[in-house]
Amino acid sequence: MTPARPNSYRSGPDERGHFGIFGGRFVAETLMPLILDLEKAYAEAKADPAFQAEMNGYLRDYVGRPSPLYLAERLTEHLGGAKIYLKREELNHTGSHKVNNVLGQIMLARRMGKRRIIAETGAGQHGVATATLCARFGLECVVYMGAVDVARQQPNVIRMEMLGAKVFPVQSGSRTLKDAMNEALRDWVTNVHNTFYCIGTVAGPHPYPMMVRDFQSVIGDETRKQLQEAEGRLPDSLIACVGGGSNAIGLFHPFLDDPSVEIYGVEAAGHGLTQLHAASIAGGRPGVLHGNRTYLLMNDDGQIQDAHSISAGLDYPGIGPEHSWLHEVGRVKYLSATDDEALAAFQLLSRLEGIIPALESAHAIAKVMELAPQRRKDHLMVVNLSGRGDKDVPQVGDLLRGKNS
Amino acid sequence: MTTRIDARFAQLKREGRSAFVTFLMAGDPDYETSLAIIKALPKSGADVIEIGMPFTDPMADGPSIQAAGVRALRGGMTLKKTLELVRAFRKDDDATPLVLMGYYNPIYIYGVDKFLADAKSAGVDGLIIVDLPPEEDTELCVPALKAGLNFIRLATPTTDDKRLAAVLANTSGFVYYVSITGITGAAAADSSAVSQAVARIKRHTSLPVCVGFGIKTPQAARAIAEHADGAVVGTALVDALRASLDAEGQATAKTINAVAELAASLAQGVRGAQQAAE
Repeated sequence: MTPARPNSYRSGPDERGHFGIFGGRFVAETLMPLILDLEKAYAEAKADPAFQAEMNGYLRDYVGRPSPLYLAERLTEHLGGAKIYLKREELNHTGSHKVNNVLGQIMLARRMGKRRIIAETGAGQHGVATATLCARFGLECVVYMGAVDVARQQPNVIRMEMLGAKVFPVQSGSRTLKDAMNEALRDWVTNVHNTFYCIGTVAGPHPYPMMVRDFQSVIGDETRKQLQEAEGRLPDSLIACVGGGSNAIGLFHPFLDDPSVEIYGVEAAGHGLTQLHAASIAGGRPGVLHGNRTYLLMNDDGQIQDAHSISAGLDYPGIGPEHSWLHEVGRVKYLSATDDEALAAFQLLSRLEGIIPALESAHAIAKVMELAPQRRKDHLMVVNLSGRGDKDVPQVGDLLRGKNS
Repeated sequence: MTTRIDARFAQLKREGRSAFVTFLMAGDPDYETSLAIIKALPKSGADVIEIGMPFTDPMADGPSIQAAGVRALRGGMTLKKTLELVRAFRKDDDATPLVLMGYYNPIYIYGVDKFLADAKSAGVDGLIIVDLPPEEDTELCVPALKAGLNFIRLATPTTDDKRLAAVLANTSGFVYYVSITGITGAAAADSSAVSQAVARIKRHTSLPVCVGFGIKTPQAARAIAEHADGAVVGTALVDALRASLDAEGQATAKTINAVAELAASLAQGVRGAQQAAE
């Protein structure tokens, strides 16, 4: 059953946090009053020009925005089709798009008088961004990270500790991002009075999916303006990788009501969709976890299954609820890229453009490699280069030397 | 409509004592042992039995109950088998109230209407679903009440007076007051804070108020029972069960008694409160 096409794809969520059947507020009663407070505080901040002005100041001078929209000439030439632009989120301070959202949430936490910040992290990019802004504003910072991810993303663990954050390796479950989020929720339910939970993606209970999307929409807003200046028109297609999906929704959202723009999200297909993977839309179904209803990987008993991706940032058995809705209404097409495809894309972009992408972003590049050759040369394709690959250099080095496959 | 829960609390009121409420995970460490333990609990003095429905991602539970869920799932437990366990218990006991406690996703995947019908026919009396606050009442709470099951809500220290009305609106059976902000098995609240909180809740409802989280000893159970209509013990029982397992996490000859004996001494604690109150 396909839901009716809405008048606008940009009007969600409703007042109860629903995007169609997805989203909602599936949390323990202890957290419910906090979530309602947060919703109110965010609504007030959003309407306050002083909050926006302060945030824009930090986005410019601390984060380094706007991030460039860069014409990847050699990649375009190599693939022989669409004209490919890279939205250079990897040039932001801390090396990824994550900082856009963290800045907004930390400013909100300050406004709410919360002095202790907790976060979950997968690849460590959100953890690093959170640790960075906590250092900048003198706040206590605790980061939960799956023990598997601590091992494979060591450079980011060291960075977080240098920035003064306390990193807790999580040993429960699959010891990856899902379990880090469970542990962060357990911390929050315990330390309700002084703690702000800074969620790193467009998932979790309402208002997080909406709020994180709003903070990330700066990506798409800038892209729209920059491409107008460069080409005098809208893009023909957008591509971004999707774990929880914050970089993707940030690029997509401002274009959802432009019907000429094709939009592609790329999930992590891991070893392949018939084996271990992290593609919730391709291989999952709607369920309830971490405060929202969304597509999840699970078994027939409703038990959540372990995801797998080469990229720690995409290694999550769910996806943000707005993506689930955009999939069901057919506005965004969700594809997937395997570990091997991502690894090949990682190397191609490094060699052709002198840009080492994060393994997460390499999943988007992998699908550019597939889609761009099928498009005409006047087709404008924008891919979100959501993070840089410095953190992945040791892991990819090992893989390429065949040590760790 | 009077449920087994209503009948049990009415009976306890006549006897002038508080309820001893136990929690154990269904299928921990295997179906047969779990069934034998649950069958032994009423003889040990359990007045109401909560049975955990194992879930991979129990966000509000501490390490002990997380591990119990992992043991149960490894032992092949499913929601369907949890309902079979209830049905098996009901063959010999038609009076002790059984409450299923857990998280929403396994029920959502089982299918809400089918689950409610199967739970009711198996002999379940009530549900406690941790991740369904009043804001999501249309999901399961309202259909459960229509199906004749009690929907027992958690109230917490963060539930203020304004919110309490909403929390209590669709609650039935009893109210479960979570005495601390935190996960299961954490430190206990002091009894004067609990006493005030129970009094506050009772200004808003005539339902019995049971208190849980952090009660581990007969003394603590007694102290809580002096101020509440029931004391809930989970982690301590789960820990006793775990301590009786062999190195591979399998049940031993000691397992059933280890839990039953601790339950009996906790029940003594709760019953001691009655004399203290008189």
